[in-house]
Amino acid sequence: MQTSAAPVLQLTDIEKIYQTKTIETVALHRINLTIGRGEFVSIMGPSGCGKSTLLSLMGLLDEPTHGTVAVDGRPVQSYSDKELAGLRNLKIGFVFQSYHLINDLAVLDNVELPLLYRPGLGSKERRQRALAALDKVGLSARTNHFPSQLSGGQRQRVAIARALAGAPEIILADEPTGNLDSVMGEEIMDLLLGLNREHGTTIVMVTHDEQQALKTQRLIRLFDGSQVG
Amino acid sequence: MLWNYLKIAWKVLLRRKFFTAISLFGISFTLMILLVVYAFFDYAVGPHRPELRTDRLLFVNRMQMLYKGGGQNNSSVGYAFVNQQMKALRTPEKVSVSEANPGTAVAYVGQHTLKLDQRRTDGAFWQVLDFDFLAGRPYNLPEVRAAAHVAVISETTARQYFGAVAGAVGQTIEVDAVRYRVVGVVHDVPIVRLFTYADVWVPITTTTDDLRSSNLQGAYQAIVLARSAADVPRVQAEYDQLVARQPLPDPQRYERLVSHALPLMTNLTARFGGGDVGPSSSNRFLRVLGLLALLFMLLPALNLVNINVSRTLERSGEIGVRKAFGATARRLTGQFLVENIFLTLLGGVLGLGLAAGALHLLNSSQFIPHSEFALNGRVFGMALGVVLFFGLLSGAYPAYKMSKLQAVKALKGDNAA
Repeated sequence: MQTSAAPVLQLTDIEKIYQTKTIETVALHRINLTIGRGEFVSIMGPSGCGKSTLLSLMGLLDEPTHGTVAVDGRPVQSYSDKELAGLRNLKIGFVFQSYHLINDLAVLDNVELPLLYRPGLGSKERRQRALAALDKVGLSARTNHFPSQLSGGQRQRVAIARALAGAPEIILADEPTGNLDSVMGEEIMDLLLGLNREHGTTIVMVTHDEQQALKTQRLIRLFDGSQVG
Repeated sequence: MLWNYLKIAWKVLLRRKFFTAISLFGISFTLMILLVVYAFFDYAVGPHRPELRTDRLLFVNRMQMLYKGGGQNNSSVGYAFVNQQMKALRTPEKVSVSEANPGTAVAYVGQHTLKLDQRRTDGAFWQVLDFDFLAGRPYNLPEVRAAAHVAVISETTARQYFGAVAGAVGQTIEVDAVRYRVVGVVHDVPIVRLFTYADVWVPITTTTDDLRSSNLQGAYQAIVLARSAADVPRVQAEYDQLVARQPLPDPQRYERLVSHALPLMTNLTARFGGGDVGPSSSNRFLRVLGLLALLFMLLPALNLVNINVSRTLERSGEIGVRKAFGATARRLTGQFLVENIFLTLLGGVLGLGLAAGALHLLNSSQFIPHSEFALNGRVFGMALGVVLFFGLLSGAYPAYKMSKLQAVKALKGDNAA
């Protein structure tokens, strides 16, 4: 699958400062970053360098202290809660290191979650899409299981299926293999590479694993909140 | 969507069994008390036999004379005032006169003494009210005019005096050494029906009182039936004019007369509410009652708010995930409100069961004679309303607090909004 030059995400002069009564912590400093449509980008850096903060800003889960985030060329800082939620729902799928599955819901219900917030989608169609997403990650036989009944690798595959169910253009993955052993990690990495290759899904992945990062198209390195490579 | 919310709500309830039990106990116990009180209230002032047409009935049982220097003289109404002046009113369909309070009378069954409440009434009493006759008939106008010694007795009186309802009609009952022929047996009237309750009803003309007295005050009451519910204000206005026309018995001492024809509830609330018998007294009484009910609900609601806040914030990860995948603050507020209403509905069902049990106990204990408290449609509707109100009251703040949680903080398990 070819990548297109058109940026799907654009971060300009981003600064993120966490302020408490006594301490000011600069989490990100002057970040300028463009993610093209269909790219697979990895972000690396030591713990506390701002990788997850950067991913949260890309995912519209947090606001920068300074600078602008643009999706499809449109800055989002003036968007309302409803507009941001709509954008997250349609455009972005998240995969978290600790899976963040809802333990009280069965696998199928977890995967269906993004579709619940999509207007005009009937329950039958939601179910079909969720089943198709589970099929893609090879978990069709686990639809009625609960997260606690699955292994770590299976849980992460459910989390990927959930991210896929809404057919987002972008998947933001925060250390998706961080909690898995090497075999499981490889499986998940292959899954993400397949999605990027076969469906053209733009993927931004935070990782500590150099080997995995090298498999992606571009590597961004952060150090102390600044982009160093 | 709703199904998803309900599934989550059920799981959350099962997950925290102790807190769920405490919450449900608080809700159901509060509701039980409220429902029992409301069932009593409904039983006393709702449209039940014999006061079935409460929307058309008006009651006059108080004639106040206000002293010039302050203070008042309260009494029931004089017989002649009702029988002559009120019965001449043009707007009502019918006006009935009866004793304001039943007198205690004694009957003997073998060696046993039977204490009975006896009320004297006119013939119209049976027309403005809807007694449930199990046997026989009411006494009529000619019998009242003739001061015939006839009586209508309650079902319990028939059982206690004659052994059964069947066959009581036509027999003689001796009350306070006066013999009456039983012409009818009616379903028991509970004591809370203050204007109509008795064990034995006999013609008003059998009294030894001087019925010719022209005193405005006396020992009687009027029950007025309007032609329609819409006609009630016209009847009240005509009655007010009638009172305004009455000359003061002693203008040197008294400033004015106060008496109103009031619907059942207003009349009762005025009776228990003190001196003011104005038409607005029931609104005031209801406001106070509503406020008390609200305060009564507030404590368990605050407890529930506290439990809900901690229970909601424990789910910050879920809130973060839902926000990340497109839930708006409004949607999340809706979800948590639905969950809370689900919890309170569960508590409501339990409360309804507890209230049904408590009312059954009250009925079977006969703590209130002839009481038949029941959870009817009105009580159920009220319960549903209270439950929803309770659910909203205790769920709104946690839902609001949760919806303000930032997604990125929620995902990290940071509960600060």
